[in-house]
Formats: sequence, C-alpha cells, structure tokens
Amino acid sequence: MSILGTRVLRIEDPRFLTTGGVYTEDVVDDRLTGACHVFFVRSPIAHARIGGIDVSGALSAPGVIAAFTAADLADLPDIGPMMAGLTNERMRHRLLATDVVRYVGDAVAAVVTEEPYQGEDAMELVDVDYEPLPAVVDLAAAESDEVILFEEAGTNIAANFGDPATLDEHLFDDCEAVVRQTIMNQRVAPAPMEVRAGAAAWGEDGRLTAWIPNQGAQGTRSGLAGLLGLPEEQVRVITPDVGGAFGAKFGADPEHAIVAWVARQLGRPARWTETRYENLIAMTHGRAQQQTVTIGGSRDGTVQAYRLEILQDSGAYPRIGAILPFLTILMTPGPYALPRAEAVARTVVTTTTPLGAYRGAGRPEATAAIERAMDLFAAEIGMDPADVRRRNLLPPFTEPQRTAFGALYDSGDYVVALDKALAAADYAGLRKEQAGRRERGEAVQLGIGLASYVEITGMGDGEESPPEENATVEVHSDGSATILTGTSPHGQGHATAWAMLASDKLGIPVDRITLKWGDTDLIPEGGGTGGSRSLQHGGAAVQQASAELIELARARAAAALEASPADLVFDVDRSAFAVAGDPEAAVPLARLAEAERLLVRTVFSAPGATFPFGTHVAVVEVDTETGKVTLRQMVTVDDAGFVLNPLLAEGQRHGGIAQGAAQALLEEFVYDADGNPLTASFADYPFLSATEVPSFDLADMATRTSYNPIGAKGIGEAGTIGATPAVQNAVIDAVAHLGVRHIDMPTSPQRVWRALQAAAASGGPPPTASPAGGSGGSSPRASTSRSEGA
Amino acid sequence: MMRVELTVNGERRSDDVEPRLLLVHYLRETCGLRAANVGCDTTSCGACTVLLNGASVKSCTILTVQAAGGEVTTAEGLAAADGELHPVQRAFRQEHGLQCGFCTPGMVMATVGLLAENPHPTEKQVREGLEGNLCRCTGYHNIVRAVLAAAGEASAGGVSAGGASAVSGASAAAGAGSANAAGEQVRP
Repeated sequence: MSILGTRVLRIEDPRFLTTGGVYTEDVVDDRLTGACHVFFVRSPIAHARIGGIDVSGALSAPGVIAAFTAADLADLPDIGPMMAGLTNERMRHRLLATDVVRYVGDAVAAVVTEEPYQGEDAMELVDVDYEPLPAVVDLAAAESDEVILFEEAGTNIAANFGDPATLDEHLFDDCEAVVRQTIMNQRVAPAPMEVRAGAAAWGEDGRLTAWIPNQGAQGTRSGLAGLLGLPEEQVRVITPDVGGAFGAKFGADPEHAIVAWVARQLGRPARWTETRYENLIAMTHGRAQQQTVTIGGSRDGTVQAYRLEILQDSGAYPRIGAILPFLTILMTPGPYALPRAEAVARTVVTTTTPLGAYRGAGRPEATAAIERAMDLFAAEIGMDPADVRRRNLLPPFTEPQRTAFGALYDSGDYVVALDKALAAADYAGLRKEQAGRRERGEAVQLGIGLASYVEITGMGDGEESPPEENATVEVHSDGSATILTGTSPHGQGHATAWAMLASDKLGIPVDRITLKWGDTDLIPEGGGTGGSRSLQHGGAAVQQASAELIELARARAAAALEASPADLVFDVDRSAFAVAGDPEAAVPLARLAEAERLLVRTVFSAPGATFPFGTHVAVVEVDTETGKVTLRQMVTVDDAGFVLNPLLAEGQRHGGIAQGAAQALLEEFVYDADGNPLTASFADYPFLSATEVPSFDLADMATRTSYNPIGAKGIGEAGTIGATPAVQNAVIDAVAHLGVRHIDMPTSPQRVWRALQAAAASGGPPPTASPAGGSGGSSPRASTSRSEGA
Repeated sequence: MMRVELTVNGERRSDDVEPRLLLVHYLRETCGLRAANVGCDTTSCGACTVLLNGASVKSCTILTVQAAGGEVTTAEGLAAADGELHPVQRAFRQEHGLQCGFCTPGMVMATVGLLAENPHPTEKQVREGLEGNLCRCTGYHNIVRAVLAAAGEASAGGVSAGGASAVSGASAAAGAGSANAAGEQVRP
C-alpha cells in the first residue's frame, strides 16, 4: 500500500518537543559571536513633522555603541512601490523616517548596544521633537485628501483598480429585489507567535549573511538586496525555524536592512528581536477593506446582478496590502453563476500601520463580501440561505472554466460540497431547533451561518509565466536521502510530506530522508511558501525529481547488473533494481550512489493556479440580553484535491478555521481618531484562546485536480476564507428574526447588543418578505441599512 | 549582581545575575536552554512556561532571584535520559498538536502542570486550563486532543499524577516502557 494519503506522524516533531525549534533569536553561530543588539526608536505619534532628533543622551548610556538616524542612512536607496506600476510612484520613503512620521510605530532611530537590556534602557533617552500633524484614520477622510500624507504625491490615493465611472447604472434595473450594504472587513494583526527578528554578519569577502524568519529565502534575498542597494549575489539569506508567518513574513522588512547596514557600519555582527508591542504596531496588518455590496435578483432566489465596491486601507506606506484588492476583484463572483457582476477598488494611505498579506490575502475579503451579500439577498426575499446558494452555484465542471473576472477555475462541484456540509451539520435539525427557540422567545437564540467558497491557490505571475518550483533529490550510499526544496515550511510539515513523496518513489523510509530549505547559497531559486502553493508545486517537484532519479539510476543499475535497462524493474519495497524474472539479481539504489553522486534537480511547472472549494457551516448561540456569542459548532467541507497526509491537511484546516472565527468573533486592531493604537499588546488585542472555539467537525471531500500528478490543490487558507463569513452570517442569523440585517465584524457582545437595540428602536422584526409591492422593472428599491454604530 | 543557586533540569547551578534578570532570559542566555520562548510582553501568551517546583509558571514574569533555591524544569528536561519522550510530548506528536513549534515547549509544560493538578480533565477543563497559552497555528483542536490523550495515558498508569514533579513524572513514564508510538506509523 502506498504511503501517500496516510497519517504519517511528523518527523520534525521530536526536536520541537524537546530542545525546541531553533528560531532566529535562538541561532548560535560562530559568525554571530560578539554580536551587538539593535533597537528601534518608534514614533509615538501617528502623524508629525520631525523637528529634530537628539541621540546624545542615548550615546552616553551604559553599553551603547552607536545610534543612527535617517541622516546616517543617506547612502541607502529610498523605498518605492513594491510592485512597480501598481501603486503611486511618488509615495516614497526611507528606511528610517526623515522629516515626517506617518504612523505610531514608524521607526525614527536605531540604537545599538552591547547587551539587550541596555538597549531597552537607552531607547528611552533618544529625544525626538515631534510637531504633530492631523491624523488620517478614517477611510473617507483619507479619500477626501483634506490632509495629505505624501506632499509629493498630492493625493492619498495609492491605487485604483477599475474606474467607478464605468459602473453600469442599469445593472440592477430588471431585479425584483435589490439590497445594498456597506461592510467593514476589519483590520487584524497576523500576530505569529514568533515576532520578527534578524541577525546579520559580513564576511571578509564582502558578502552579507542574514538570518531572517521568512516565508521564502530567495524572495527575502531579493528584497534585502534591493533595500541595501546590493547585487543579489552579495547576499545570503538563511531561514532558521520560523514560528508562524501567516503571510506577514514574506520578504525583507526595512528593519532587516538596517540591521545588516549596522553590522557593516560597525564591522561586527548585529542582531535584532522585536517586542510584541513592536510586532503589533510595526509588522504589517491584514484585511482593512471597506466593501459596499449591492445584490439583486428575482424573488425565486435567482441572483441577476452583483456589484462590489472596495475602499482598501493601505496604512502609511503602500506595501502588499495596497494591491490585494486585485485578488479580491479576481474572486468577486465566488462559486456562483452571476449573469452580471462588477467590481472596482481604490486604495488610500492612512496614518496607520501598513497593510500586508494575512492568511488568504484578498480572497477571504472576496468571499466575505459575496457570502454576506447572499445572506442579505436571502433575507430580503425571505428564502433559506442554503436554497439561495444552491440555486446560484455553478453546475459541476471538470474542464477549466473562465469567469468574467479572468480567473480560470480548474474544476469544481460546489453543490455537492454545500449538500455534504449541510448533511454533516444536520441543517434541517438545526433549523428546527432554531424555530423552537424563536417560538419560545428564548433569551439565547441559535444562529446558523453558511459560506460557500472557491479560492485561488498556487498562483504564478500571470498565465504567460506558469507557476513552478524546483527540487533536488539525492540518494546517499548509506541508504539515506536528502531533498532540497524551494518552499519554506513554517509549521506546514514539509519535512514529513516531501519525505513521503520521495519515499513512495524511492522506497527509502521517511525517517531516513532529510529536507533542507531556506539557504540561498544551497538553494538559489525558489518561490517559498504562501498562497497555498507548496504541495502542488514544491511537492510535485519532489515527486518528479524522485521519478527522474529512478531513471538516472536505471542506467547505472543496468551497467552494474550487466542487463538491459529495459529489463530492469525498480522494486520500491527493497529500494533496489532487479532483473525482470530474476529477483535474485538486484542492486540497491544506495549502492548506485557509491561511485558517483546520485542526484537529480528538476523544475516542476504547473499549467496554472488551482481553485479549491467548499462550504462551511457555523452554529452559534447568541445571548440576546448581553450580546454574547458562543461558537457552538463548525462543520466544514474543504475540497483541496488529493490529501497527501490527512494529519497535516486537517491541521491546516483547524488553524485556518480558528483564525477565521477569530476575525468574525473577536479580533480587531483598533485606532482612536488620533491614530493611537488601542490594541498594541496581547493584553488588549483579543488573540483567540482555547476557550473561545469548539473542536471542529471536518467532512471529507477530495476531488483530484489534473494540474499536478499528486492531484492536490492548496489547503492552507481555506479556513480563513470559509469560516470568517460563516461565523459572521451565523451571528446575524441568530438575531435576524428580531430585525437585525447586518453586524460588522468582530461580532463583539457590544456590537450585537447595539444592533439588537437599534432594531428594537426601529420597530422590531421586519415584515417577512412580502411578495406585494411588485417593484420590478425600471425602479428597483434598494434597501440600505447600516445597523450598528461606529 | 546577585548570586543565585537553583536546580535546572536536575542540575544544581550557581550563577551571578542582575537582580532584574527575568527567569526566561536566565534559562535562555545563561543556561543555554532555548526551548522556552518569549512571545509577548504582558504574561499573555505562555510560550515561556516552565515548571517551578512542579507547578507551571510563566518564566517571563518571574525574576531569576525569585526562583532561587527552587527546582526548574524546562521542556529540555522532560524527556527521559535515553531520549524517550514524556507522555505529554508523545501525545502532542501523536495528535499533531504542534505546527510551527513556537508555543509548543510552553504548551507542553503547561499541560504537565495542568495534569498534575487535574489528572482527568474534561475538554472544557483543558480549554480553560490552557487559556493562558496561545497558539496561532493549530486552532487548539489537536492540542486539546493531545492533552486528553495524555490524560488517558496517565490514567492507564503512564504518568504519576497528583502533584508529582515533572522530573518524577518523566522517570515514571520511562519506567512504564510504553511502546514507541512515534515509530509505529512511520514507514519501515
């Protein structure tokens, strides 16, 4: 029986459980002996002109070696758009703030000390003269350009995706029912358990070695070289163990470049580890997208038109988050057959922490919008949300299908996913329980929320350059093997999964296969881990390399056995070649590595991105007297193709579901009107704990894709994509009969309670969808509501 | 500087430390034991959890001098001398209760402390007992399963429970000679 598809325990676990992982702060290396420690002085004010910076006090403090400001870094290039042409070219800045700070957390100086505790003391002694400027926190205020962050740019608009002027004013003309709603997909902190860190040492050859927790050493090397103005060959990036990333550790940050610059300037290695406070204000945030959805259709449940208008918060400096609306727009229609759909987006800068990728990166926002819209439409016409979805889902398809937004869905069977999830949750039984509680007027009401989704995983750089990844597999003469991969595991279990793929071909036990990654000198090329790409590209490359290695070995075996290559069979169970019909005449793979290295490097290329899909069902209880929400049950169907190792795939689903539920229920990074962060510690940021979620019910569905020989699509982000709107919809569903149409996330007790109060004040329960009024034709009634305050 | 004497993973130590040195930094920098991690500034995340005199504590919130005379056990000191995993460590592996591993040493030590206090917790008690230990990867699902599995193993005689120190718990586990569950599912 093949090892593929079985629950192999992780080979990487024992060291994590005993000595612990070796994260960047744990790295002990000769090259880092005598390292100094870098600390960043950060602006406590959201928007201010810098009158002056006096580091003399810090310089006279114990253990202080140096202190630097932007003036010292003048030899380094400035920072422009991360992706040329996509964001405003004139929104440029330096590694340290020069004349203006633009968010609380903007770094203005670096203090370097012998010992870490000395740095924490000395930072306090840097005197910065701030002349406050008005903060820009509200998105509408930013768009109005009343206060401009970048004078050179003359506007706060960092990017536009589509032109609002081209929206069709007649899009909803023939709809019997139209609903419009503004939704805030709120700002959250990725908050990996390991904060950001870095270490840097320069060799006598003038090359930089940088240890950085990241999601892809090769991309990080490019980014770091760019920030330092160096050719890539002069930079080596080493990836130690990484304590979670969730999209926020892609590439190099300005701090990493400064640490490297400090090491060169002082002629000694340098290290940096941020505090959690710094992490929460200075690592990129996620989401922060205001959406206005309009959905219209006929009262039989058929959706005829959908519009999504996005206002994306980029934070102070346009980074990846500024361009993520591109992905949201790509996935606008989700799994539905929408006759007409439109989407536009605008990104604005605000005096807040810059936005980056966060688990799902633009796609959860698309799913949240359409899934909320589906429920709003269902409520408007008085139809069960499951029925509305079933009526509008695309029929099953096995040949790639192009959407109006350009995405090429590889395969899908969305109705089956919906029905499986409903059956696993006993949807009919839940609705009955809900009806009973409503009838009895119980204080604690039941809510059932659905989200059907399709997402995009394993994207390349457009269809002209298909996604690819490399792998090297080497069999050693002692019977062990080594794999080099361009992916970058940080919890996903690649060491085990890639070993399973090689073991299946080579017959070498999993625990005798070592995976190496994250060293640009050893593995110069690679796409890293993100966008749920790793197994379908990196895993497929390992499988391909293993198969090619067998063929390379076949020629050597033929020589060793004095047989024709065609007469040889590879016996996986013995990891040996044997002559067909004469199993005694055999040569082990390991022996073929004795005289000459037995090694293959290959590149796997996929025809395109894959589109996993599924349905999540959330069940919540809402206390209508206090607004408290309890997540009672999560049932999910997540079809990501073939499941290589159910243990690992389930782990990815669990974690994603929890993060999705966390956004729906609890988490939000909050600023006051002056741009002060109010949730800058784990005491204030409501990071999900074990008490706030139940165990999850995972239903199986695995339809192979033809895009790679494994048959796998990506699974890493399904949880945040499906669970977030499912939980939000469940909360609203619990109180819908009391007149509540929408509650923004997080659905905190205060928000739920306020929504209930507002609904009661405006006359309580809505009239159930009345077929009367016949508003079809050319004057649709768009009902708009925003059912809760700020 | 102050001199402190304490026992770390069974080894008696005597070191000069700054009065303000946190126990977690003493363990990491002075002792070179880097399993315990620092994940926050506010005693919220539990990544630094170790046992002090058999009870789980957050070592970021204790000064080294406060631990003087005590017995500290870290994740490094939990496995048996021959490397065999402690039942709690084994259960975390068996149930896939870890992904990136950063919270793991603290989570394991918190679990050892929890099971010492309550050898047979319900799922709700496990969730409440680990509320002070944060994990971003697992959604807690498999961590809870791991703790319940370890408790089950404890009730089967694998772990000495009821206030026993972790050191004796570890040796009891080693003595039980349970099968190497870890190896069984790996392809031979």
